[in-house]
Amino acid sequence: MKLRVDYKASLRLVGTVLKYLAVPLCFPLVVALYYGESVLPFVVTMAVTVLVGIGLERLADEPDIGAREGFLMVATTWFAVTLVGAIPFLIEAHGVPFVTSAIHPESTLGNPVNALFETMSGFTTTGATVLGDISFESHTRSIMMWRQLTQWLGGMGIVVLAVAILPELSVGGAQLMDAEAPGPGIEKLTPRIAETARALWGAYLGLTVLEIVLLYSLHVTGNAPNMDVYNAIAHGLTTMPTGGFSPEARSIEAFSAAAQWVIIPFMVAAGTNFALFWHVLTGEPKRLVRDTEFKSYLGIIGVISAILAAVLFLGDGLVSVAPAGETYDQFYLEGVRTALIGNVEPSLRQSIFQVVSIVTTTGYASMDFNAWSAPTQYGLLFAMFIGGSAGSTGGAIKIVRWYVILKSLRRELFTTAHPEAIRPVRLAGRAVDERAIRGIYAFTLLYLVLFFVSTGLLHLDAARIDLGLSVLESMSAVAATLGNVGPGFGIVGPMGSYLDFSNSSKLYMVILMWMGRLEILPVFVLFTPEYWRR
Amino acid sequence: MRVIIVGAGQVGSSIAADLDATHEVVIVDCDPERVDELNYSLDVLAIRGDGTSVDTLEEAGIERADMVIASTDDDETNIVVCATAKAVSSAFTIARVKNTEYLRTWQHSEKAFGIDFMVCTNLLAAESIVRVVGLPAARDVDPFAGGEVQMAEFEVDDNSPVANQTVSEADRFDSLTFAAILRNGAVTIPRGDTIIRPGDRVVVIGSPQSVQGFATSISPDESPGTAEEVVIVGGSEIGYHVARLLEERGFKPRLLEQDPERARELAEQLPGTIVMESDATDIDFLEREYIGDADLLVSALDSDEKNLLVSLLAARLGVERTVAVIDTTPYVDLFEAVGVDVGVSPREVVAEEITRFTREGGAENVALIESDKAEVLEIEVDADSVLAGRPIRESVTSLPEGVVIGAITRQREFITPRGDTVIEPGDHVVVFADSSVVGDVAPKL
Repeated sequence: MKLRVDYKASLRLVGTVLKYLAVPLCFPLVVALYYGESVLPFVVTMAVTVLVGIGLERLADEPDIGAREGFLMVATTWFAVTLVGAIPFLIEAHGVPFVTSAIHPESTLGNPVNALFETMSGFTTTGATVLGDISFESHTRSIMMWRQLTQWLGGMGIVVLAVAILPELSVGGAQLMDAEAPGPGIEKLTPRIAETARALWGAYLGLTVLEIVLLYSLHVTGNAPNMDVYNAIAHGLTTMPTGGFSPEARSIEAFSAAAQWVIIPFMVAAGTNFALFWHVLTGEPKRLVRDTEFKSYLGIIGVISAILAAVLFLGDGLVSVAPAGETYDQFYLEGVRTALIGNVEPSLRQSIFQVVSIVTTTGYASMDFNAWSAPTQYGLLFAMFIGGSAGSTGGAIKIVRWYVILKSLRRELFTTAHPEAIRPVRLAGRAVDERAIRGIYAFTLLYLVLFFVSTGLLHLDAARIDLGLSVLESMSAVAATLGNVGPGFGIVGPMGSYLDFSNSSKLYMVILMWMGRLEILPVFVLFTPEYWRR
Repeated sequence: MRVIIVGAGQVGSSIAADLDATHEVVIVDCDPERVDELNYSLDVLAIRGDGTSVDTLEEAGIERADMVIASTDDDETNIVVCATAKAVSSAFTIARVKNTEYLRTWQHSEKAFGIDFMVCTNLLAAESIVRVVGLPAARDVDPFAGGEVQMAEFEVDDNSPVANQTVSEADRFDSLTFAAILRNGAVTIPRGDTIIRPGDRVVVIGSPQSVQGFATSISPDESPGTAEEVVIVGGSEIGYHVARLLEERGFKPRLLEQDPERARELAEQLPGTIVMESDATDIDFLEREYIGDADLLVSALDSDEKNLLVSLLAARLGVERTVAVIDTTPYVDLFEAVGVDVGVSPREVVAEEITRFTREGGAENVALIESDKAEVLEIEVDADSVLAGRPIRESVTSLPEGVVIGAITRQREFITPRGDTVIEPGDHVVVFADSSVVGDVAPKL
């Protein structure tokens, strides 16, 4: 059998990206130096990335990237950076013999599967964690910073970043970005693809810096006591990629209402098509207001939040008893009830925050929504399938796909009554190509099939090890990893973790996160014989 | 004025016929027979040759020409003729095109291709079709004075309330003037006691509201307005523009197109139109979609005969009014005689539009009645005009028979002309004139 895919060219480019991964590794290294922590986890990893990268680069001279090579390169890159990115966690957990201060035997990341899970969750901006204890007692500040940085790198896309910076990738860059970018198709903002990639990353970087500055100024003015420099940077790095890795065990609940209000608009921005920000900055602010997807996005958030706020305000959405099989802190629950019921601001804030966090797939929580009633939780589970806009950092199915699906269903109803009618599906007045509609149907169907099959598999595997997972918990775990949301319900709730799953389940979820981030098809296609042959 | 017309087809000949009395006309065509024929039938100089060549243009006297009209059937030829003329002379150039893309380019810079004035056949035809929509029984509607004044031609049938009434009885609207009655092809200037007979066509000039009101009063059964259901058959350029212009006016037309690719293309371009892919002669389809309930059907297929067939079929199914695009101008009367309610000839429409540019005496706008039996002119009155500063009762005495002052606008305000109305310089006057006196009247106004 002769392979029709130039895999060497793809691997060579993976090598290039890996080699340059050493550059962002400098950031946690600096943090380690600042706090007097061990630099070894990062120095070793840098050495590995550079060596492996250079090794892979020797595979081919001048890579010629076609559509197939693009899929292979993108899918492999994400797996390769995950493998390498797990190294600092492993080193930190196992310790290095001659630097005893760095040893954290209580870290759960000593298990390679856990380390892999945490890294994939980081790069894919899922935000699902297997840390047993999220605190600076168990982990160094530098290793936590690396955890947050993986999300920031993964948010706008490692490959987009590579296209923006590496001249080697200017040819075929559009192929690569298309394989990686969330949503159907990419919008070329400039004639040169590298400039488009730079524009997107520029907007991303700018918003991140703005958020960090705002959060820290809240701290300086005394409005957010816990939001010190480290936390401001950490949350800036995990909001914009819709990641959700907070260095605080209680997530955003640990911060003041003011800080929560500041984070909300940044989550909304993270779920917006970044091309729109570029249009706003280049003097076409009307494009933002006129964008159909953006309007639907705000509408969806508004409607769901309003319903939820009413439910919380009236208190109907809160359970006063702990979920079955768990001992819930009654004191905590009572506190929540008195804070929410009959109070406008907290009800509004809690509902908007949770809805925005779930819809944009950020995965932060400003309260433990495990304390909410089952119907409201199912509402949030439903929201996990919506996702952000195309071209945003959000995951899941994406608003534009739902919009096109709804419109084409309406078209189907019309043509049933009028068989001769020709009705293109319109997106902001422009007709959508029928092939694109077919692609959207295929993706969504595949997504849902994958969701149901995986829920079954995960539920079975949990039963095997006697985990006692409810169906809602299994569903939420799959929806949260496949959609890159992060937290689910029950044991995988916003204050919980994925630690208790078996290794096989965790590995399976690693694959789910990987496929979810790359929107299934670029990964799936690698497993078809047709891809490799003719 | 020396006018060179390139292309002696229907449009070119028609313009030449309009101008030969008052201008020095040179007409250029490649077809020797047509050239011969024109030399005998009209008082023009017809030359055989290629209008895009400088030699031919020089032979036609381009250096002395004031105006070049390119009216062949080929867009690109017309554009090249104008560009060539512009390159070797300073004549005012007019080009006729079918493709609206060229028009859009030209409108963008108004200098493109060396063309001073461009008329687009398809767009003009579509516009004149759309003007008929919403005015029941109207045959022809033309706007004047920036839309403040409308001229409309109506057919009066047996059931019409105004049938067998005198003009003064029928005139129930303040700002409406009865300009003419066309009976058996003859033009009559009506007086108060003239009786309107079934089968007559009435030409009225007035404000759009009063024309609309008159339209409703002569056929009260039909409901004008955007609720009107319009079906367009044929996704030709004209069909497309009719749908587009109707969309702009808030209608939701249906458009039938047989070719799947063209249907898809149209559906993408026309968000407010329901495009259906079907043959307009498929009776089952027409019945299933209740095409017979439509108030108006426009057939814009690419063959006159098919348009006739579709219109007759639609009328049988119960469509209230049919409009057919008719390529061959002489067929218009024929088709209207056998049952098409309104026939629109794109060539005639274009000839009208070009004629308005070649008028001496500052006519702002011209409409031709019944091809050429009469004209409606819009004129801006200056101090030298016989109308200026006098009550209309006095000024009409210095004008020949067959002239009616239909409407006046002063600073975009509508004024109903009555015997004692004094016209001031700067007013816009819409005048109906029998074609036999147009040449006389135009310079005096």
